[in-house]
Amino acid sequence: MNLFTEPWPWYIGGPAIAVVLFLLLFSEKQFGMSSNLRTLCAMAGAGKKTAFFNFDWKQYRWNLVVAIGAAVGGFIASNYMTSGDVGAIHPDVVIQLNSYGVEGAGNVFMPEVFFSNDVFSKPKTLALLILGGFLVGFGTRYAGGCTSGHAISGLSNLQLPSLIAVIGFFIGGLLMNHFLLPYLL
Amino acid sequence: MKRTLIYFSIGILFGIIMIKSEAASWFRIYEMFQFKSFHMYGIIGAAVGLGLVITQAIKRFKLRSFFGEEIHIPSKAKLVKAPLFGGIIFGLGWALTGACPGPIYVLIGAGYFPLLIVFAAAMLGTYCYGVIKPRLPH
Repeated sequence: MNLFTEPWPWYIGGPAIAVVLFLLLFSEKQFGMSSNLRTLCAMAGAGKKTAFFNFDWKQYRWNLVVAIGAAVGGFIASNYMTSGDVGAIHPDVVIQLNSYGVEGAGNVFMPEVFFSNDVFSKPKTLALLILGGFLVGFGTRYAGGCTSGHAISGLSNLQLPSLIAVIGFFIGGLLMNHFLLPYLL
Repeated sequence: MKRTLIYFSIGILFGIIMIKSEAASWFRIYEMFQFKSFHMYGIIGAAVGLGLVITQAIKRFKLRSFFGEEIHIPSKAKLVKAPLFGGIIFGLGWALTGACPGPIYVLIGAGYFPLLIVFAAAMLGTYCYGVIKPRLPH
């Protein structure tokens, strides 16, 4: 297994995320990506009208730097650290997704039907991306964190609200995956 | 400046991990919610397991940061309704777009530009939450 070009198994990926948590904590910061959305709203001037965005956003610039780094890391990994292979997806899932018209599971990293540049001229797909993005932005701030802030940082710190949030993530995720997506796709 | 470089480097590492582990993959998220693969559960489980050791060691042994300061790990607000309702709303969006707030940046960098739409909509969602926050149960 060539770790530089092949996809990583969970037992490499999971501990690697813990390394990110370690590096941020020992740099006197926290691991939580969704708060950047609030910082960006404050930066854009939302604090003038809304108290929730009226704070000194400059103290959170470091996390925007992490986000920009994440984009650079995504560019590097997807262009220079891949052989083109992706991990196998369970055959039942591949068949099911194909029947919904979502192709490419196990062959490409992301489904083209959602994430190729063609979608910019497909109103229905754009509407789904906007709906999904809105729910992500609204929900993470309402919950006070996302997968990094609640599931990784919060559970590691034995925070009960984080456990409640993670249970919520799965209630919402299972509802969407099993009962709504079949009609939306 | 030195610290900015550190945060930038941590971000790059995070971005590489999200792609290489496929935690940013829509297919992997879908497969996770179908309970058809251990992959995502293994990733989150291993990260939390090791994170627990790191976090509890910092608190118990009062470990100091790279810069010699005490490490302060803030607690989450002791709420029930907000993390539950907010969590459900995020979960709906996560399963639809496959996009956690971190991987959004990673995937844009990787060249999946429709994520720019998801990103703009997520900012709008956060903005709307901020506006109606006083009227929501927490």
